[in-house]
Order: sequence, then structure tokens, then C-alpha cells
Amino acid sequence: MNLNLTLIGQAIAFAVFVYFCMKYVWPPVTQALAERQKKIADGLDAASRATRDLELAQEKATETLRESKDEAARIIEQTHKRSNQMIEEARETARAEGERLVAQARAEISQEINQAKDELRGQVAALAVVGAERILESSIDEAKHRELIDKLAAEL
Amino acid sequence: MAGTNPSPSEYIQHHLQNLTYGNHPEHGWSLAHSAQEAADMGFWAIHLDTMGWSIGLGLIFLCLFRKVAKSATTGVPSGLQNFVELMVEFVDQSVRETFHGRSRLIAPLSLTIFCWIFLMNLMDLIPVDWLPGVAAKVGEMFGADPAHVFFKVVPSTDINATLGMSLSVFALIIFYSIRVKGLKGFLAELTLHPFNTPNKLAQIALIPVNFLLEFVTLIAKPISLALRLFGNMYAGELIFILISLVGIWQLPLHFPWAVFHILVITLQAFIFMMLTIVYLSMASEDH
Repeated sequence: MNLNLTLIGQAIAFAVFVYFCMKYVWPPVTQALAERQKKIADGLDAASRATRDLELAQEKATETLRESKDEAARIIEQTHKRSNQMIEEARETARAEGERLVAQARAEISQEINQAKDELRGQVAALAVVGAERILESSIDEAKHRELIDKLAAEL
Repeated sequence: MAGTNPSPSEYIQHHLQNLTYGNHPEHGWSLAHSAQEAADMGFWAIHLDTMGWSIGLGLIFLCLFRKVAKSATTGVPSGLQNFVELMVEFVDQSVRETFHGRSRLIAPLSLTIFCWIFLMNLMDLIPVDWLPGVAAKVGEMFGADPAHVFFKVVPSTDINATLGMSLSVFALIIFYSIRVKGLKGFLAELTLHPFNTPNKLAQIALIPVNFLLEFVTLIAKPISLALRLFGNMYAGELIFILISLVGIWQLPLHFPWAVFHILVITLQAFIFMMLTIVYLSMASEDH
């Protein structure tokens, strides 16, 4: 319990230890700590930035998807409309063609009827002449009665 | 136990005596063979055990921390670096909360105080007979009487060790006071508080009273700092020695006291550190 030189020795040892600690222990450790703190902060920053980017990208993807769906629907609708239109056009063309064919056929038919009538008329005239010749048994002036017969035939 | 069956009081005294080397009035520079001889040496003596253990423990602390500091990485820290960083952060936070000035000294000072005192106190947990027993055997080999080989392993149970530190802190308190407030400010603080009056004459009359009060306050800081640590460790060590006197029954007694002492040694190291920070922070604050 005596106070003696140990006191001074301890004080010197203490001073030396503190100096060493201040010079060679404290700065590197605190520096490492500060640097790690900065690194972690940067990392967290980057992570939150990445999360935000991801959110943006997702939003964008959803938007794009929605747009393409709309576009697809629009194209399909357009195609439907177009096909309907084409069918309508085809129907129209077919109807016109059919009408045209019918009209042509009708014209041909009436023409043939007229032709047949003409032929028949000619033959009737000749037959009448032959008949009259037979009845009269005499020669009639063909040129003289021709006009009369033709008039008669036209009445048929 | 040293010697041949010493009485309990001899045993206790033997355990509480430092290994002293000094200038004895009759024998000159030599090791003290008894407490009386050690006392006769007066101031010119040195406690070899206290010095040896404290410096050794201090070197362990510094080597450990220096090793980590040299290879400190900013990446994922490994086991020892974790521990060192924990200590550094703990001390750094304590300093930051209490000391508001800027000083490159305070934090490393606090770290050194905490770790060093903790290690010195930790020696308390080594059973009281082990290291003195080894020392006695070594002394015997060199031809000394084992009964005269004193060995006190816990440096903080030596008032010289605690007072050496607290006086260094005291010197720092004065240094910071003068640096921050100037010599005039420091002296004014010592003499013009707590009683002051606008009357110049009355103020001069009050100076001695103020100085007495303030000086006691100032000087109480290092004394209480040293005596608190010393008293706690000395009492704890004494109880360990008493426990070791009861023979085989010391085991159930030693264990709870050792467990409790783990708390005490940490707390005492922490208190010494915190009070140092508080005192220095008070010293460097300008009123």
C-alpha cells in the first residue's frame, strides 16, 4: 500500500499505451469502420435504386402489354370488317353477274322466238300458196298475189 | 500456500504484499523480504509484479488491437476484427455522447483505459494461489525463501497503478482546462465560483473560500477515480483470499463470487472510462 516509484512507472506506461493506441490502433480501425459504413450505405442506395428501376420496368412492361393487346384487338376487328366487306362485294358481283346472264339468256330466247316466228311465217306463206295452188289448180300469178299473202302472213 | 502452514492473517498479508524492489536504508537496492522492509524503502521502490503484469497486459491489448488494425478490411470482418470493432464502436459512441468537443486523444484514451483496466481487473478471476504459487516455486529455484516471495497479480489492487492512471487523467484535465479557457479562465474558475458578487472588495474576500471549495472539487476527481477502482478491486481480491482460506468448501463460494466479480470488473473499467470522459468534457467546456 506504499506510494512509490510504481506510481510514476504506471503513469509512463499509461501514457505510452495511450500514445500507441492513438497513433497506431484507433485511426485504422475507425477508418475501416467509416469506409465500411460508406460501402453499406452505397449498397443500400444501389439496392433501392434497383428496386425503383424494377418497378419502372414492370410498369413499362404492363403498359406495353396493354398496348399490344389493344393493337391486336384493333387489327382483328379491322380484318373482320374487311372480310365482311369482301364477302358483301363478292355477293354483289355474283348477283350482278347472275342478272346479266339471265338478261342475256332472255334476249337470246326472244331472238330465237322471233327467228322461229319468221321461219314459221315464211313456211306458212309458202304452205298457203301451195294450198291455194292446189285448190285453184291453176296457176296464179305469183307476183300478183304475193303482196296479199305476205299481208296475210304478217297478220299471224 | 506459501511457507509452512501460515496463520490466516499471515496468509492474507502475504497475498496482499507486492514484490518490491527498492533502495532499503540498510540493504541498498534489493528485493524486500517483508512488508516492513518494503515500507522502509519509502518512495524509491518499485512494485515489480504490478509493473510487470500491467505492462504485459497492456502489451497484450495493444498487440491484439494493432494486429487487427493493420489488417482491418472494409469487407466482411472476421472474428477478432468483429470484437475489436465492437469495442471501438462502443467506446466511440460513449465518447460521442458525452464529449462534445473535438479531440483526437479522448477516444483512444478511453479505449486504452477501458481495455487495460478490464484486463488488469480480469487477473482477479485467476484463483489467488496459482500465480503466487508459481512465483514462489520460481523464487525457490533461485534460492529465495518462498515465504518471502511476494506476488500480487492484480495490478489494479495496487494503489500506485490506479493513482498513476488517475493522475495522468488529472494532468489531462488541467491541460484541457487551460487550453480551452486559458490560464486566466482556469484560475478564474477556481477562485470566482461558486460565490460571486458584483462588489469587487467582497469578491476578493471570497476568493480563499471559493478556492478552497473548488480546489477540493478538482483534487477529488483523480483521488476518487483512483480510490474507487482500487477499493473495489482490493475488496474483491480480499474476499477471494478469504474464500480460499476455507479449504475445500471454497468451491461453491468461489464460483458465485467470481461470477459476480465478472460484472464488477467490467463495471469498474467502464466507470473509470466514463468518468474520465466526463471530467475531460467538463474541463473543455467553456461556461
